[in-house]
Amino acid sequence: MRLEPIANPSALRRFGLPALALAATVIAASLLALIAGADPFATLGLILEGAAGSRFALLETLNRATPLIFTGLAVAVAFRAKLWNIGAEAQLYAGAIVTVVFGMTSWGVAWLQLPIIAALAVAAGALVLLGPVILKTRFGVDEVVTTLLLNFVMLLFVSYLVEGPMKDPAGMGWPKSVPVAKDLRLPRLIEGLRLHWGFGIALIAAVLVWLIETRTVLGYRMRAVGQNPQAARFAGIPVNRVLVQTALISGGLAALAGFSEVAGLKGHLSRDLSPGFGYTGIIVAMLALLNPLGVVLSALFVAGVFVGADSMSRAAGVPTYIADILLALSLLFMVLAISLTHRRVVWR
Amino acid sequence: MSALWDILLAASFWAAAIRIASPLIFATMGELICERAGVLNLGIEGIMVMGAFTGWFAVYLGLPLWLGVAVAFGSGMAFGLLHGILTVPFGLSQHVVGLGITLLATAAASFTYRLALPEVTSPPRIEPFQPWPIPGLSQIPFFGEALFSQTPLTYAAFITAALVAWVLMRTPLGLAIRATGENPAAAAAQGLSVTGLRLGAVVVGSGLMAVGGAFLTLSAFSSFFFDMVNGRGWICIALVVFGAWRPGKAVLGALLFAAFDALQVRLQQTPLGAVLPYQLFLALPYLLSILALVLMSRRAEVPQALMTPYNKGER
Repeated sequence: MRLEPIANPSALRRFGLPALALAATVIAASLLALIAGADPFATLGLILEGAAGSRFALLETLNRATPLIFTGLAVAVAFRAKLWNIGAEAQLYAGAIVTVVFGMTSWGVAWLQLPIIAALAVAAGALVLLGPVILKTRFGVDEVVTTLLLNFVMLLFVSYLVEGPMKDPAGMGWPKSVPVAKDLRLPRLIEGLRLHWGFGIALIAAVLVWLIETRTVLGYRMRAVGQNPQAARFAGIPVNRVLVQTALISGGLAALAGFSEVAGLKGHLSRDLSPGFGYTGIIVAMLALLNPLGVVLSALFVAGVFVGADSMSRAAGVPTYIADILLALSLLFMVLAISLTHRRVVWR
Repeated sequence: MSALWDILLAASFWAAAIRIASPLIFATMGELICERAGVLNLGIEGIMVMGAFTGWFAVYLGLPLWLGVAVAFGSGMAFGLLHGILTVPFGLSQHVVGLGITLLATAAASFTYRLALPEVTSPPRIEPFQPWPIPGLSQIPFFGEALFSQTPLTYAAFITAALVAWVLMRTPLGLAIRATGENPAAAAAQGLSVTGLRLGAVVVGSGLMAVGGAFLTLSAFSSFFFDMVNGRGWICIALVVFGAWRPGKAVLGALLFAAFDALQVRLQQTPLGAVLPYQLFLALPYLLSILALVLMSRRAEVPQALMTPYNKGER
């Protein structure tokens, strides 16, 4: 077999194939439920209900989507320039560490201190990604492996901090950090609803990233570097500088996930602050086809699957890991579907 | 300083290094085969988790240990086939598919484990491979204990590496695989099936990765834990680069790496371990891998068509 490009894919192809990918995911979910000895329809219903069936469920999904919007944006920006940042997890923790370090004592002026902490967190995350990118541009070291390995180093560093210098003496022996000051907790987005300002910041970030990508020279250059670095270099684009700038944005965005989780939700740093938000961000970004505004939607979808599967698992007894399987499958199905909208399989 | 010599001169230290290197050798050989054929396989981490689980689970259900290894190999081949179909004939991004396979295989292993053992608090144990002292050779002082009193799966790792090196560097099949990774168009012009060779390399390579994972449950820890692979797959990708895509050098790299890993565990017991946080020792293997990548990056001997999909009739 071989693949032939299609110049103008029909509407059926452009919308039908992604719909087919979604349908395949739903079928896979039913099969997994059957394997687990549960009723497939009831299982799907419980996932939907757990994700969006009540005010509580919906707020839970929005809260879970918040860090995923940040990490999804971080991955989307980087992948657009073909910078393979798989280290959003490490950058998230860098942001979280900075948030606790500069937030554990209040200066009494929260409106000033919070933005400063956020900016420092962004700087920390950017710095964590800067290392691998400089290794890439200076020495040609593949950034996939270095960013992945740094995730493990960072998690060990966090483990050291919460068991050592940052350990909460009032934590009853639990390895968690001292809390951030009370007045530095992010306020509710809407009075009376359990949803913090992190979600608002995430939406603003998505719009800003979209503006950068579509309305600025940097956005144009990132795209050019991603499509063909050699051609971009010939066209006079400073490829390495663009990669570094992309890395700073990407690392900073991932760090905001850590800032928002600590200041908005948890109030302290621990080793389980992120259940793999950095890795899930890859799924979020790919499902959104790397579109910053699409990241918001796909983060809501991914968060809904996680939250829904959690509540379904309690009721129907199907392991929560069904969510991870479904999301990985939807990623693979979607990449295949998108590829086949522009190409047709010829058997010869 | 004398504490360091005490560690380095003990036969048990070198025995441990060789034991630690064994799963890395299996998985590194698997990744090397894939990359020599032009396919970067980032599914390695998840496929190792899958192999660790299926191998352990088969033995837990009553199969003999060697069949457990075979089951692991089969499960790795299955995920390799999925990876291969998506990246070779369909030519999808090897980065995205590989990470997707890692997420899928890890989740599938966890899902099945929870389904089969819903209520366990401590992971059930199996009877793992026992050491096989090789008659005669294991009696040699120092070397006998270090080299020839290992478990059969460790001997298998070194035999596999030798086999991979021979096939890849000394046989027509190996030449064909390397050709598809260097210049697929030229290979196709010679009448070779680029698609078939690449698919085969990814399937067999993924099988070896899974056996590397199974080593952890069947020869090292005798139970399955969710995070037991713990980045070993990513380290193997670094080892392939460190070994400049050559099997022999990659094995040396794995041994060197394992020696440092064994050393950091032992250094934790010395007065140094009382001063420095244990996390620093645990982070050394990862930092070392990054350092190795930097040192080796100058000599780029990377297969020319790595990560480039091949589509017949396209230039």
